[in-house]
Amino acid sequence: MKYGLQFRDVFAAWESILEGVWITLLLSGLAMIGGLVIGIACAAARVYGPSWLRRIVGTYVEVIRNTPLLVQLFLIFFGLPSFGVRLDGLTAAIIALVINLGAYTTEIVRAGLEAVPKAQVEAGHSLGLSGLQVFRYVVMFPALKAMFPALASQFVLLMLATSVVSQISVEDLFHAASIVQSRTFRDFEVYTVIGVLYLGLAFAFRGLFAGIYYWAFVRR
Amino acid sequence: MIREFGLIDVMYLIAAARWTLALTATAFIGASLIGIVIAIARILPFAPLRWLAAAYIHIVQGTPLLVWLFVIFFGLPLVGISVNPWLAAATAFSVYGSALLRYVIVPQSVRVAIPPTVGFLVQLIKNTSLAAVIGFVELTREGQLTAAGTYKPFAVYITVAAIYFAMCFPLSQWSRSIERKLDVAR
Repeated sequence: MKYGLQFRDVFAAWESILEGVWITLLLSGLAMIGGLVIGIACAAARVYGPSWLRRIVGTYVEVIRNTPLLVQLFLIFFGLPSFGVRLDGLTAAIIALVINLGAYTTEIVRAGLEAVPKAQVEAGHSLGLSGLQVFRYVVMFPALKAMFPALASQFVLLMLATSVVSQISVEDLFHAASIVQSRTFRDFEVYTVIGVLYLGLAFAFRGLFAGIYYWAFVRR
Repeated sequence: MIREFGLIDVMYLIAAARWTLALTATAFIGASLIGIVIAIARILPFAPLRWLAAAYIHIVQGTPLLVWLFVIFFGLPLVGISVNPWLAAATAFSVYGSALLRYVIVPQSVRVAIPPTVGFLVQLIKNTSLAAVIGFVELTREGQLTAAGTYKPFAVYITVAAIYFAMCFPLSQWSRSIERKLDVAR
């Protein structure tokens, strides 16, 4: 039997697909911002915090990094209602993605913070900068520059991983695929098109991060 | 009828984890085979082949694993190969893993290659959870079925998470301890 590939019906559903792209971008953007904030806070706590706090953050990082995102998502979406916490799919997805990315970001930022030479921090203090000023100008800025590539590739991975939120029926790009599939029965074509779109998004994000890197660290 | 979530369910979940491990092992072998071919293609003195290998890695790394699962699940029948969830999952994970493996194969010494290989295994174990989506009954899918039967999703998914953790955490720690030893040796 010969199967003729046919993309016309898939492209005809471009509106659903575009809607999915938008949700995927929204989820990725929010998760990146939230993950970065959590990552910086937790990394600072892990490097400078008291030992009990370091232990808590360490446990958080290990638990998240050693369990699948899909299971974390199910726990939040299907598990929390047992305690009366009922979240809609989109909220549950954002929370799960932020918690997940936060753990990976913590490890990256921690490595960056630890790479800043101690003498540099002491020099900052001797110039009369406050603790927060030292953290911001002497530690964070060079650390961010050093860890930027690792952070960027983690963020791109996260963008691709957002596809699992379709499993709690959040209408992201991957979910759009299953809608178009059920409407057109062009399974293979749909998923190929969606794959190409993810590929495009990945390239776009890499370009964006390269631009940010240039703007923030090279230009000045 | 709603049944209780009891010890027997936990045993079933642990039993389902063997399919997670089986899929991980198959994917590890498949990924290594493809990865070796790619690695060779990248060092051959024939430019188009090098470009092809580089393009392959970029494309695989730029698309979600879920998409690969579905493209292979629906694509293989089009070229006359009948698939079941097991075959589709094993193929998709082999393809996906082969693009990650380039970090592993390139290092010359075996000792240096151990930590990234173990890290790769941890990633594979976690990612096999996605095979649940095409109906392959491994740990996560078994968890979904148990949650539906017992109506105790929190207890079920905490147990599932704990089993994943029990598989991944020792590997992560092991890889870290080797890394630390290597750092000292350097």
